Amino acid sequence: MTIEQQSALPSESASGKAAGFLRAMGAVVWKDLSAELRSRELISAMLVFALLVILIFNFALDLDPATRREPTITAGVLWVIFVFAGTLGLNRSMAVEKDRGCMDGLLLAPVDRSAIYFGKVLGNLVFMLMVEIIVLPIYSLLYNVNLFNPGLLVVIILGSIGYVAVGTLLAAMAVQARTRDILLPILLFPVVLPVILAAVKASTGFLDGSEMSLIRPWLNLLIAYDIIFSAVAFMVFDYVVEE
Amino acid sequence: MNSQPRLLTILDVITVILLLLATYMVFFYAPQEAVMGDVQRVFYFHVAAGWVGMLGFIGAAVSGIIYLIKKDRKWDIVGLAAVEIGIVFIFINIVTGSIWARPIWNTWWTWDPRLTTATVMLLIYLAYLMLRQGIEDPDRRARFGAVYAIIGSLSVPLTYFSARIFRTIHPVVIGSGDPSATGSFDMTPLMTQTFMFSLFTFTFIFIDLFWHRIRLGQKTDQVEQLRLKTME
Repeated sequence: MTIEQQSALPSESASGKAAGFLRAMGAVVWKDLSAELRSRELISAMLVFALLVILIFNFALDLDPATRREPTITAGVLWVIFVFAGTLGLNRSMAVEKDRGCMDGLLLAPVDRSAIYFGKVLGNLVFMLMVEIIVLPIYSLLYNVNLFNPGLLVVIILGSIGYVAVGTLLAAMAVQARTRDILLPILLFPVVLPVILAAVKASTGFLDGSEMSLIRPWLNLLIAYDIIFSAVAFMVFDYVVEE
Repeated sequence: MNSQPRLLTILDVITVILLLLATYMVFFYAPQEAVMGDVQRVFYFHVAAGWVGMLGFIGAAVSGIIYLIKKDRKWDIVGLAAVEIGIVFIFINIVTGSIWARPIWNTWWTWDPRLTTATVMLLIYLAYLMLRQGIEDPDRRARFGAVYAIIGSLSVPLTYFSARIFRTIHPVVIGSGDPSATGSFDMTPLMTQTFMFSLFTFTFIFIDLFWHRIRLGQKTDQVEQLRLKTME
């Protein structure tokens, strides 16, 4: 039975509904991933862009080897890379849906709209984490710092979730505007500031080897942000895509 | 087209009188602060402007929620009005704060939680307007504006908390303040009266401007509809 048929059935149990929701979500993620596997345009663009940002920071800050290893510098530069590369990816991932009317096709499918939202979020999250996984060792190599720190990875995952949850929603709005190429960062950055602040602070803490009691407030903030904004985006996504 | 309601005209007059009175009180009624001198007089309008900025922000979020539920264009006009007034007053708040901070903190600007929050609020307001500018379809513009106002209003308190975990130097004059904050002071009764009167006055200014702006929004709407009608 296909997803469409299943969710169209009027009498279905709660578990069947949940399974249908997950399947619809999985279908959206799978669509994004397989399209990306064939074209590789999003990941490669994000990655090259990330490398360029590393390069520019190297010269812009003109770092001597000692300050280069400062945890505050590392955390700051890393998050600037992730945030900028992430914007690029988010914009692209929504623009391809809009361009050839794919979004309309998705919306016509008789599935819960929030399944589409979470599917897109998950897809974007996978792209972002892939870029981050590649950037970390390169950064380690070029700046000669050890970034293989489990705490740092947790922060990166938590921060990326919050960033992508809001970013996907706002990107869905931005691509429908006339000024879509420039709008997303303007909409996203002021709103996502708490995530960046907390993520940079927590990353610095882990790289610095600070006590857990100093890092915990930032982690809590990240988790709170992730939950609040996933929930709100889930509630308002309908209004963003409806025609 | 209906002319301006009588009550609004009366409100205009009252607001102007109140503003003149409040200005008089700030300069002549309130005593000079012992340590900071005359620059402390900025405080009365500084806080009042911040208060109006907050009102605008809350107003935008609330009308956003109501719009999404009721889908009535009226609430979109209200939301836009609230944002526009909020921008002006948050900007006044930031500028007056900087004027005060220069002699007291010895800097125009610092990344204190309140300053950061006010800036982020201003940026979110500006982004809201830019988002609206980019969308022609009025219904979609209203929906996106409402969604962004809600998202923004949730993000601002989180920004405040996150910046708050750093130590703050901003004085908290109302409520239990940290006495170590630079530039903190105790208000004398005359100061309190002036302060309360400023808040009262600015609330009137907010209501008056809000009303005017909503009326302007309604007229803009009417013009737009008339234009569409003639084009058909």
